[in-house]
Amino acid sequence: MLKKIIFQFLALSLIFTYSAQSAESGGMPQLNPEFWISQIFWLVLTFGLLFIILSKFILPKISNNLETRKSQILENIETADKQREETEKKVKEFDKIINDTKVEAKNFFNGERQKVLDDINNKRLSLEKDIEKEIIKAEEEIDQLKKTSQEKITKIAIETSSDLVKQLIGEDINKSSLSAIVEDLSKKEVEKHNGI
Amino acid sequence: MAANPMYQFNVYRIGPEIKINNIDISFTNASLFMVISSLAILIIFNLGTKRSIIPNKIQLLAELSYSFISKMISDTAGSKAKPYFSFIFSLFMFVLFCNMFGMIPYSFTVTSHIIVTFVLAAFIFVGVTIIGFIKHGLGYLKLFVPSGVPMVLLPLIVVIEIISYLSRPISLSVRLFANMMAGHTMMKVFGGFVVSLGIVGGWLPLGFSVALTGLEILVAFLQAYVFAILTCIYLNDALNLHH
Repeated sequence: MLKKIIFQFLALSLIFTYSAQSAESGGMPQLNPEFWISQIFWLVLTFGLLFIILSKFILPKISNNLETRKSQILENIETADKQREETEKKVKEFDKIINDTKVEAKNFFNGERQKVLDDINNKRLSLEKDIEKEIIKAEEEIDQLKKTSQEKITKIAIETSSDLVKQLIGEDINKSSLSAIVEDLSKKEVEKHNGI
Repeated sequence: MAANPMYQFNVYRIGPEIKINNIDISFTNASLFMVISSLAILIIFNLGTKRSIIPNKIQLLAELSYSFISKMISDTAGSKAKPYFSFIFSLFMFVLFCNMFGMIPYSFTVTSHIIVTFVLAAFIFVGVTIIGFIKHGLGYLKLFVPSGVPMVLLPLIVVIEIISYLSRPISLSVRLFANMMAGHTMMKVFGGFVVSLGIVGGWLPLGFSVALTGLEILVAFLQAYVFAILTCIYLNDALNLHH
């Protein structure tokens, strides 16, 4: 391994010296002025033409392209912004419409409810009136009945008492005096009843 | 044995010899790769100019490089450097494509020649100096007089500043040239090792070679970027005089 490396180094140095010598013998071709004028001439020609064509035809086009792209991008961004604003406006309008509709619906609902409530109230009121009327009527009837029943009771009481007296005593007594007594008693009873 | 690692930098004539007023401007392999790089840039970026809102891959590439360099310029030289955008863009792309085409085996690296990088750097240097004098007049000379320096040190500082300013084209050109040349020479040397060490010992330099290829691709991009950003910094000095 070591031998190999040493051998390689030897070979390397040999070649180095050889190439150095050959370079010395040949010299640097760059310093040979034989073709200097030709090189300068062709350099000026090619570089000059390159510069002229690039600056007159190609670079303006490239810069133009870049500019148009830039402006187009800016334009696109602008339109995008505009559209976004419009969308926002539309969304706001939409929201407003929805809100208005909600309010309207609420109002409508409230109004209808009020109407229904009023209706119910009215009906109830009229019904109550009717009921009151009926009650009054019934009370009157009851009163009537009370009165008539009193008379009937008195009548029955008189008849019964007269019959009772007849059976007990065996003879008729004055009906008018009997009725007076019964009426007097019944009045007392009624007063007693009513008083409690 | 291994081939001469400097052989790859040889420039040779392709086609006939072209001479104007006894000056040789023949088409060489260097010229060929300059033309190929320029054409590749033009084709790729021309394909990237389609007008579509959602870009395809080539268009995305073109637009990303556009905004990358545009950002680099505005970061380093400010908004005043906007008129020089297309020059810096062409410069960056040209250097990048020349570097990258040089990474293809058996191709030629244009930027590995000092004369090419020096002409680019000298052009930038002269241009920046002219721009500085046009924008600020003789006030541009204030660049050599930093503010807040004691009077005693001023002569020394001014001399140093002038030397550093004048050495800009040299440092700029040599940085690119030396990086490209060194990287390609290294790759060639290690490639030569692979061949000469054969199946037994060739694996180590082969691994190195593979790693170096990755590194060189990084360097190819990085040097183009450095070249462009230094140009921006010099331009910044000329446009926005801070002293």
